[in-house]
Amino acid sequence: MDILQMLVVVFLLVLLVKPLGTYVYHVFSNEANRLDKVFGSSERLIFKIIGLKRREGMGWKKYVLSFVATNFILAAISYLILRLQHALPLNPNGTGSMEPTLTFNTVISFITNTNLQHYSGESALSYFSQMAVIMMMMFTSAATGFSVAMAFVRGITSKGQTIGNFFEDFVKAHTRIFLPLSFVITLVLVALQVPQTLDPTLTVKTLEGAMQQIAIGPVASLESIKHLGTNGGGFFGVNSAHPFENPNPLTNVIQILSMWALPASLPYAFGLFAKNKKQGWVIFTAMMCLFIVFLSFAYTSEKTGNPALSALGIDASQGSMEGKEVRFGIAQSALFTTVTAAATTGTVNNMHDTLTPIGGLVPLAEMMLNVVFGGKGVGLINMLMYAILAVFICGLMVGRTPEFLGRKIEPREMKLIAVAILVHPFIILVPTAIAFMTDLGQGAITNAGFHGISQVLYEYTSSAANNGSGFEGLGDNTPFWNISTGLVMLLGRYISMIAMLAVAGSLMSKRHVPETLGTFRTGNGLFTALLIGTVLLIGALTFLPVIVLGPVAEYLTLG
Amino acid sequence: MNEQTEGRRGFEVSSIWIPLRISLLFMVLCGIIYPLVSTGAAQLLFPEQANGSLVKDRSGQIVGSELIGQNFTDPKWFQGRVSSIENNAAGSGSNNYGPSNPDLTERTRAAIEAWKLQNPDVPVSQLPLALVTNSGSGLDPHITPQSAMVQIARISKLTGEPAAQLEALVIKHIEGRDLGLFGDERVNVLKLNLALSALLGE
Repeated sequence: MDILQMLVVVFLLVLLVKPLGTYVYHVFSNEANRLDKVFGSSERLIFKIIGLKRREGMGWKKYVLSFVATNFILAAISYLILRLQHALPLNPNGTGSMEPTLTFNTVISFITNTNLQHYSGESALSYFSQMAVIMMMMFTSAATGFSVAMAFVRGITSKGQTIGNFFEDFVKAHTRIFLPLSFVITLVLVALQVPQTLDPTLTVKTLEGAMQQIAIGPVASLESIKHLGTNGGGFFGVNSAHPFENPNPLTNVIQILSMWALPASLPYAFGLFAKNKKQGWVIFTAMMCLFIVFLSFAYTSEKTGNPALSALGIDASQGSMEGKEVRFGIAQSALFTTVTAAATTGTVNNMHDTLTPIGGLVPLAEMMLNVVFGGKGVGLINMLMYAILAVFICGLMVGRTPEFLGRKIEPREMKLIAVAILVHPFIILVPTAIAFMTDLGQGAITNAGFHGISQVLYEYTSSAANNGSGFEGLGDNTPFWNISTGLVMLLGRYISMIAMLAVAGSLMSKRHVPETLGTFRTGNGLFTALLIGTVLLIGALTFLPVIVLGPVAEYLTLG
Repeated sequence: MNEQTEGRRGFEVSSIWIPLRISLLFMVLCGIIYPLVSTGAAQLLFPEQANGSLVKDRSGQIVGSELIGQNFTDPKWFQGRVSSIENNAAGSGSNNYGPSNPDLTERTRAAIEAWKLQNPDVPVSQLPLALVTNSGSGLDPHITPQSAMVQIARISKLTGEPAAQLEALVIKHIEGRDLGLFGDERVNVLKLNLALSALLGE
């Protein structure tokens, strides 16, 4: 039953890929289509309000400038709101102002679509902040990521000088994808018992006569965009493990599909842009193969359980239940963990710190590779980056000109790609090393031994991959952690985005080379295998040593 | 020359004003209108669920939310899982003990010893691990069906209710997998105890 229910969810996902991918293509292709009738008038009104008179295409530099400026302004206003939340409306629980380094961390965390949370939502945020800062940035950061991914895809699949208009993409991502979908899913979640209210924390008298306080709030409207936008920041501290955020297995499946379906449909949309559906499926298949391997590891390891507890003489046949909820059991927990790390959402329905060593290695490794579906667009960009790298390596090995989608791959592109690929391990491993060398960093570790290494490594990997889940035992609400992870999130998000738009800009201005006998084919099973191989090779070369020190060593010593 | 500078100035102005306006607009749309409209629609269509699925006892008194676990200290009640936060739902959380953390083994061992004292008639090999481990939220409202079954002997002894009747009560309260497929079978402890309290005529 466990395996069947996981397979059914994977199957549902595959069914969604084609219709959603087609829809996304129509949203961003900028060709006139039926959707314009539905959304056109409200969009024209928005364009008018923001003063966007002509929606002319932008070169890659102007596109970068536009999204960076917009993100900066959103972040600046959010910073002010969090610092002043005690004086703003909709604060029924009397929440105070947020501390400066924590605010810095929170704002960056949400504008970069990471949603690493060093605060606990119940106590640190007013309802106004939950709405005007957290929910708002969940939309805008997802729309930014989506727009950049689409601009990148346009760049590598079309000719000319421009990659689209950022403001138009940003508006359409909201009006045609995130706002309508979120609203519908919010209502479905409320029907399935997720609360949505502006009333303050409840106090009830329990069956035994004790008083119990129950934090509540506008949870459902955050839940839906949290997953659709692959954001992952919970309304409550424990995120989707909280029974109000995720009350039953059905909401669990809905949340899994909402965070997974859009990233998974992007390769298909890419195939449509490239007028080469096969190429889209090649990318999708590579992602799915990696995913299935990771899922099997997570499920098997959690089902086998924790030998230290199994040795206590009780019935441990259910698997490792520490940190997991009974309603989800092992299957829905393992699936959720594998999807949240794949889609770089970072929402959790079980505590990753309590996962068995190999179970915890799964999300860690997925975030290190950062290509298994990936968040809003970033996974596709990264996978295409690896595809170009694979073409380059293989082309050199067999003596063929490296070409991808009819463009020659030359030193300028390879340099940019090398930068984008190397930044990721750099901003994970260097801060991890610094944390271990300083008391400020070490003081946060709450699980001694090898697991402590995993705690620190996980925190920076999650920040760099803009995932946002954590080994939550880590005592990370200190200036050291707030600032260091804040910087890692910034670099992790913007360097690769900018580098990849530069690649797109440079590829787009190249002459199209017709496919000949000498061209290395990229639309077949062989290339899928080569692509997976490249990803694993680079990942293993970079991260194996540190993985051995953390999860692998813990696994071996746990007995 | 003149035209060029003007064009450039026009670009610079738009490159600040449009991002500013678009930011403010979407702050209002996504951060205020969307959640408020959602709240209105939710309260109108599904008021029960939107307000936390509260549960009342027979006298109509609200005794909690069916989604949030409660502490049951008296051993005559069915008990929920370990909660490091004592089911205080003003917050949420667990100890976050890693699998190799000695404190995890220690806490579990202590929970098993406490269990043995209260349930001398049930062999410890039948005690499900889920009952003596901390859930993710610290607020898990459910236990596994087996976790309820192993408590029957104790409750029967303390309340005088026949074991068969309690067993029927538990079986009646087993919630199946969603759509017969998703998640695990489970028993809601608060609902079960409400039924038990009715059975005891309290």
